[in-house]
Amino acid sequence: MAKTLPKTDVVVVGVGWAGGIIAAELTKSGLNVVGLERGKERKTEDYFMVHDELRYALRYELMQDLSKDTVTFRSQEKVRALPMRQYGSFLLGEGLGGAGVHWNGQTYRFLPYDFQIRTKTIERYGKGKIPEGMTIQDWGITYEELEPYYDKFEKLTGISGEPNPLGGQRSADYPTPPMKKSPALSLFNEAASKLKLHPYMMPSANLSQNYTNPDGISRGACQYCAYCERFGCEYGAKADPVVTVLPVALKTGKFEIRTHSNVRRILHKGGKATGVMYTDSTTGEELIQPADIVVVTSYVFNNVKLLLMSGLGKPYDPASGTGVIGRNYAYQVTKGNAAGFFEDKEFNMFAGAGALGVTLDDYNGDNFDHSDLKFIHGAAISLSQTGMRPIANNPVPGGTASWGAEFKANSVKYANRFLSVGGQGSSMPFQHHFLDLDPTYKDAYGDPLVRLTFDFEEQDRQLAMYVSNRCADIMKEMGANHIDQLKSLGPYEITMYQSTHNTGGVVMGASPDTSAVNTYAQMWDAENVFVVGASAFPHNSGYNPTGTVGALAYRTAEGIIKYRQKGGMLV
Amino acid sequence: MADPNQTGGSDNQKVEQPSRRKFLVQAGYAVGGVIVGGALGSLIRRDKKTETAPGASPGEGAAEARNYNRALMFFNQEQLNIVSAATERIFPADDAGPGALALGVPFFIDHQLAGEWGFNSREYMSPPFFAGEKEQGYQGRLKRREMFEIGLREMENHSQTKYTKGFTELAPEQQDEVLRAFESDEVKLTTISASGFFKMLRSSTLEGAYSDPLYGGNADMNGWRMRAYPGNQMSYTDVIDKDFAVIAPSSLQDHLSAH
Repeated sequence: MAKTLPKTDVVVVGVGWAGGIIAAELTKSGLNVVGLERGKERKTEDYFMVHDELRYALRYELMQDLSKDTVTFRSQEKVRALPMRQYGSFLLGEGLGGAGVHWNGQTYRFLPYDFQIRTKTIERYGKGKIPEGMTIQDWGITYEELEPYYDKFEKLTGISGEPNPLGGQRSADYPTPPMKKSPALSLFNEAASKLKLHPYMMPSANLSQNYTNPDGISRGACQYCAYCERFGCEYGAKADPVVTVLPVALKTGKFEIRTHSNVRRILHKGGKATGVMYTDSTTGEELIQPADIVVVTSYVFNNVKLLLMSGLGKPYDPASGTGVIGRNYAYQVTKGNAAGFFEDKEFNMFAGAGALGVTLDDYNGDNFDHSDLKFIHGAAISLSQTGMRPIANNPVPGGTASWGAEFKANSVKYANRFLSVGGQGSSMPFQHHFLDLDPTYKDAYGDPLVRLTFDFEEQDRQLAMYVSNRCADIMKEMGANHIDQLKSLGPYEITMYQSTHNTGGVVMGASPDTSAVNTYAQMWDAENVFVVGASAFPHNSGYNPTGTVGALAYRTAEGIIKYRQKGGMLV
Repeated sequence: MADPNQTGGSDNQKVEQPSRRKFLVQAGYAVGGVIVGGALGSLIRRDKKTETAPGASPGEGAAEARNYNRALMFFNQEQLNIVSAATERIFPADDAGPGALALGVPFFIDHQLAGEWGFNSREYMSPPFFAGEKEQGYQGRLKRREMFEIGLREMENHSQTKYTKGFTELAPEQQDEVLRAFESDEVKLTTISASGFFKMLRSSTLEGAYSDPLYGGNADMNGWRMRAYPGNQMSYTDVIDKDFAVIAPSSLQDHLSAH
């Protein structure tokens, strides 16, 4: 029988950005918090040998061990789902700080349009604009309501940036000025301006200068070393939970982190959680941690899995479109881009930072007229300089052989003569895209793997082509001698890296019929369970999600403190 | 051109020349009346010049410390020779710089297959196994080291069937044809996908050319040098907003010794 531990006020499942923010805010307010993290401890000193592309980027040093847990995937219900045996399309984080350790630091706000996407789409184009099966819905909250929490997350992380000319209203400037502009960024910026577009410096969690945040945490400026995404920062310049929120929580003396603790069930009785059951992966022992409040803050897939395994919330049924757990899985469309080859210009693309870039939102959200287009929403278009590491980056002009003398000569020639303009395309939910439990494949503990049913739709194909053409317009203006771009968006494949921006499955909203949690991430079906993260997004926007995850986590923390005082549903 | 013990390597002519030494190595042949096969064949080459590991930059003299990393953890000698010949065709030496052989790529691949990558140890390898759609990714039960053993044997079989010669004895154009037959799945294999094997061979060649020299490839950082990649640098703050300029590369070993 599982051993029962002494009760705590709050137990947090998964210690990444969401779990770290919740832990910091709740311990500051006086609550006792236990953080259960299934991976190992991490600290800045671990990254002494981090400039190692093979180990970190290609052998996935910081990612979840897939031999223990992965997902299964199929394009549609008629196909047998099979396990994602190796990494490809997205990378699952693990360990203290979660994916917040190996992110790039691109920290956007979603557009006001995003939060009222259904209402605003119908207002401007009529109901017919939303195709059959597309289940977009308003988020139950407006941009204006979420704005103060965005501001909080930006001050926590010290975001370096300048206002987005086409973004929502801001109550304050970014806490630090934009990053330095490289020659490639300047070229993009000038070309976009000539085309009368609205470029701005990408909001960056890699600091442009030394910064002390409102919690009193100081971090040094980014060195542009070019090892961010898939890597930890050896300077602590890139904001991550380990160097920001976790020390704040620990300093209160009210936060206990237990690593190697894999939470497998939320225990509940009469519509309220009583705690969680977890396995200590170093001993195999099963333990019960009782708590007054359970906060689920793991990655999208595990948030869904934990609720389904625990029998909390009504599982989604794709046939009827009813039920909520597993509903509205969405992803991103990242293949709409244009690659430019330059004969007489070389660029220092070996240098960079995860969030060094210039972006424009002229083709994002509803910032442009979709009347004659067969899709809604769009993409942020950027030139980013994250560091072109040599194993993964061997671009050659279209038509070049993929190996042999010609390939080698061209890959060496263009190694520093290549730039890419890319669109980060939004992803709309559909009734037949969802997450549930796989009937066949199990994890290392004997629990089912999560099953992902997803494919690209006509919406995505149209969006990708449109965005790719806009990227090519800019690349032409930049003076590339040869441009390659997307010919057509094929089926979704789990083998090729695209984006670790998986969303949905435990979405937020105004109604229990179409959402699992309210706008404080509080479960409709269990008032003392809060599920925080990109799993709450009803659709995915054309931006990186972390800024919005951080904002929602701050709002949730506020809600939990209120709940602790008054009880009951917060909305 | 398939000699893994070729020093230097930027000189294409030299690489293409068949040599007596190459013949001995590939055949595992007789010297001084004694038959030496297999691994012992490598002992023949013990002269001062060849003690320097393949891929060491030209001009380094006998004072250079021996590179004990240049030995085999997984391949036998025949497999090493086939990998050497194949990777050099995939990434050949040219005017721009060294190819796979001179960069030590065959040793890199050997060392990788001996470790967790070769055993697929951090990947989901649990049954049941079903053939899936292409979009679902690799669904086989074989590990990379097993795929390499089969793939290399089948390359040899295909060469023998089509040209009645071993892969390493083929002319470069014929070697390319064999590789293309694998790349396009024109060769049908029962246990592995020929194109899947080729893909793995190609990607591990690039990994060997450009990973930190710590792993046995990218000899002397010459892969990085060839494309003006500076390797491990602590900071680009002073150059990020400047025009492109070549920076001498630095490795993780430099980092370790500097701290």
